[in-house]
Amino acid sequence: MTTKSKKSATKKTVKRSSKTSKAADFGRRTVQDEVVLSVKNLKTQFNTKWGTVKAVDGISFDLKKGETLGIVGESGSGKSVTSLSLMRLVPSPPGEIVSGEVNLNGRDLLKLSEKKMTEVRGGEISLILQDPMTALNPCFSIENQVGEGIRIHQGIKGKNLFEKVVDALKSVRIPAADQRAKDYPHQLSGGMRQRVVGAIGISSNPSVIIADEPTTSLDVTIQGAYLRLLKQIQEETGVGIIFITHDFGIVAKMCDRVAVMYAGRIVESADVRTIFNNPIHEYTKALIESVPKLEQKTGRLTQIEGQPPALWDLPEGDSFAPRSTLKFSEKDAKIRPELVEVSKDHFVQLSKSSVKDFKKYAHLVDY
Amino acid sequence: MTTKTEKKINTKNIVPNELGCTTPTKDSILQVRNLRKHYEVNKALSFFGKDIIGKTDLLKAVDNVSFDVPKGKTFGLVGESGCGKTTTGKLILQLENPTAGEIYFQGEDVALMSKVALVEYRKSVQAVFQDPWASLNPRMRVRDIVGEPLQIATTMTKEQITKRVGDLLEEVGLNEYQSNFYPHEFSGGQRQRIGIARALALNPKLIILDEPVSALDVSIRAQIMNLLVDLQNEHDLAYVLIAHNLATVRYMCHRTAVMYLGVIQEMGDTETVFNNPQHIYTNALMSAALPSHPDIDRDELVLPGEVVSPINPPSGDVFQTRTPLKVDTKHKYANNRPPLVQVGKKDHWVVETPWSIATKEMKVNLAGI
Amino acid sequence: MIRFLSQRLVSSIVSIIGATLIIFLLVQLHNDPRELYVPDSGYGLTQEQWEMLGEKMGFNDPLPVQYWNWISGAFMGDFGVSLAQQVPVREIIQRRMWATIELAIGGWTFAILLGIPTGVLAAVKRGTFWDYIGRGVAIVGQGAPPFVIGLLLIVIFAVWLQDTPFELPAAGRPPKFSIKTYILPCIALGWPAAAGLMRLTRSAMLEVLDSEFVKLARAKGVGWNTVIYKHALKNALITPLTSALLLFSGWLNGALVIEIIFGWPGIGYDALFTAVNDNDFPLLQGTVFFFVVIFVIFALLADLLYTVIDPRVRLTGGEK
Repeated sequence: MTTKSKKSATKKTVKRSSKTSKAADFGRRTVQDEVVLSVKNLKTQFNTKWGTVKAVDGISFDLKKGETLGIVGESGSGKSVTSLSLMRLVPSPPGEIVSGEVNLNGRDLLKLSEKKMTEVRGGEISLILQDPMTALNPCFSIENQVGEGIRIHQGIKGKNLFEKVVDALKSVRIPAADQRAKDYPHQLSGGMRQRVVGAIGISSNPSVIIADEPTTSLDVTIQGAYLRLLKQIQEETGVGIIFITHDFGIVAKMCDRVAVMYAGRIVESADVRTIFNNPIHEYTKALIESVPKLEQKTGRLTQIEGQPPALWDLPEGDSFAPRSTLKFSEKDAKIRPELVEVSKDHFVQLSKSSVKDFKKYAHLVDY
Repeated sequence: MTTKTEKKINTKNIVPNELGCTTPTKDSILQVRNLRKHYEVNKALSFFGKDIIGKTDLLKAVDNVSFDVPKGKTFGLVGESGCGKTTTGKLILQLENPTAGEIYFQGEDVALMSKVALVEYRKSVQAVFQDPWASLNPRMRVRDIVGEPLQIATTMTKEQITKRVGDLLEEVGLNEYQSNFYPHEFSGGQRQRIGIARALALNPKLIILDEPVSALDVSIRAQIMNLLVDLQNEHDLAYVLIAHNLATVRYMCHRTAVMYLGVIQEMGDTETVFNNPQHIYTNALMSAALPSHPDIDRDELVLPGEVVSPINPPSGDVFQTRTPLKVDTKHKYANNRPPLVQVGKKDHWVVETPWSIATKEMKVNLAGI
Repeated sequence: MIRFLSQRLVSSIVSIIGATLIIFLLVQLHNDPRELYVPDSGYGLTQEQWEMLGEKMGFNDPLPVQYWNWISGAFMGDFGVSLAQQVPVREIIQRRMWATIELAIGGWTFAILLGIPTGVLAAVKRGTFWDYIGRGVAIVGQGAPPFVIGLLLIVIFAVWLQDTPFELPAAGRPPKFSIKTYILPCIALGWPAAAGLMRLTRSAMLEVLDSEFVKLARAKGVGWNTVIYKHALKNALITPLTSALLLFSGWLNGALVIEIIFGWPGIGYDALFTAVNDNDFPLLQGTVFFFVVIFVIFALLADLLYTVIDPRVRLTGGEK
């Protein structure tokens, strides 16, 4: 391995990322107009002994072809349950999808039979999980695991299957793919494993990839390479990506649109520049300002007081009110706020307790 | 550990000078010199020291690390996994014994300390760990968790301990009545506060913070970081912050060291290093870091290969296997470890070899303009 | 691998020496085995005869020499002569060995056939009827000691229900291989073990079913059944199977109680039990040696099996 990398090092003096395009059009040109996934009023809840937990309480968004949507939230915001709901993998005794529509390429996934849904999973929509250490089955070889998906969705067997597996591994830039395929997961490093998980995700050319915090456990340089890889795949295939994360850095680098979730609902969604330059909801503002910046010495960080709410004990009305620093009356906080379009493609959950310039937009709602 | 009969007295201990260590002893709380920690892995079957079947590999987790931690300030250790930063923390905490090298606490060599002095050392150097779920004993109530160090190391009475625990909890932003609860009744951020309260119990002078916020939610991170900064100002605490997130390090640390494969590659005053990183590795790390605004565009410097493991590293400069520049195998630093060199006249030190200094094209442009 | 095997060889030899040494010393603390020869006539032996006997049996040598004589012979396969039966110990063991092996295989088969599928079912259908059935079977197996189960079975099937086809083996002779004689002892032997296996399998399956890679397999579009039988099972079986192997080796050493109850002419009954009763220490030592060797072999097999099922486990020192 070392001799190989040294060889490539001596050939060039500097190795640079070949696609160092400006962030301004980093991915911009991949967004097309066609909507590939449309979610309307999705509600998922869990019936526990403490009561009904409304993990996802009516969220709606659209994803266009070639677009990267970031769903940002902390633990308990409902973002992971959202990804499970889209795949209909919500563990079914306690959880259930209560209402809503998930339209993928024209048909509502929630109305499909389980058998048909099994065909869709891993085929038209795929999931990349967070922890590469545990996402792969330690007892089966890479070839087996990547091949399984290909076999199920494309019906290929035998020698052709092996070639397809190697192709999939090559497309995620795994070196020596034909040898690596015979390895077991524990023989690969974390970055490689995450690429294998990515290979499984893209092997059947899906329309949508859901990436659930895929880089949390990776080192910085590996993370950078992985994100670049995802972008390249998006440019090549036009796949829509939903990035579930809590890290605004990933959002800044990768996403075209952002939806910020809090306590199971979307509190703000807009395109990425608007979110950073002109956040309206207090939660969004506080989140962005509470992250230290690498580019300069940051003054004291803004902190959000309190904790993310317990989902079985949500306050009535505006769930962010207990942590908001604005002045408001109890009565105002108890009104259940609505998600309203305040300017083009910029949606905000308007409530007096969480939006500073409420008066500016008051005409859009009737409370 | 034998208590050597010649107990060296503080003032007579001379801490050796070392490149990159610029803080005089009277201003330092901790000084580390030539610290090494080697592990034997894949042990061979051996009799009387000779390997019979197979060969034992040597994992050099920490390989000749030296730095000063100034009193009341934060020193950051940054690097990717396998670089040795956590092991360095363990060595300082005496959780492991160094294979070589010395640790000087307030000018006194820890290895030569008497039992009494060691107890003082342990009281003065505490730790806050990364995982707020695993670092608190789930079977103990908070008052026992925070009170335990007081029970063990002081002669305080039960009432005194209870009062002190209450004070500590208030100081970290919790409530006194919560001392009756069990850890599982708290959130991640609150548990981290309990861990900090525990670390503060014995009035330490230095706290090792091992990735204290990486396992926490984003909105809680700011709370904990601000708390740590406030506590530092109030108690004149020194910190050694071990982290992989560069933005956190820039925010909290006064001095920073970048480690790779157990060796410090670049070190110095944080602002100086971050404004003008010299080493290729530092530039690569910074260029790969995530931006804080979508308009920020950085050209990413990609290093060939993956992070290698610290098993049987090269005898020369460790970075030679990862550098994109050409390595002259006959160069003296390909076979011997290069020293740290000062950059300009400032508190900025870097391992300088023909293949480790970033060229103009490689230099990261943090603001991306 | 070679490194691993040589390390194991060394530690196995140490185990064998250790175990036999302990038994040797313990036996010395007990009765003098010469008492076996004392006739019941009441007059006893004369002092001379006593000492001649002692000489013959090698008691006048110092202890370490006695032990060394024995152990060096043992490694060559000569375990001395049984005091009570005046037959080479080796012969006794060989004669009884096969009966025990057959019993162990039978019991083991029953344990696996009952325990593992029940465990899988209980895990997959957690909280439902099948789960409770499985746990009920486990409780009976773990709660009732094997001799109770054995006795109950005998009472029910051989005493009350007279015309069942079950038979007990004739005393002394190795049992003919027929299902009839095997079923009851195998059930009695296997049931408690099945209970243990069932619990192990159930908890391992539950853990695996909650894991990330099962989630990923489903996200890939793998059907629920395939997920269970292909993905989950292979991972979940690691613990139960290795435990089952060790169980087997335990039984080879003679499922003592079952053998006694059913009059099974195996090592437990005819060798170990008899040896202890008669203070027949060559037989005792020889049997212990045999046990330890069996155990060591099976422990090694279990470790090797582990690497086959779980490729993460490497024998040469493991990952860093």
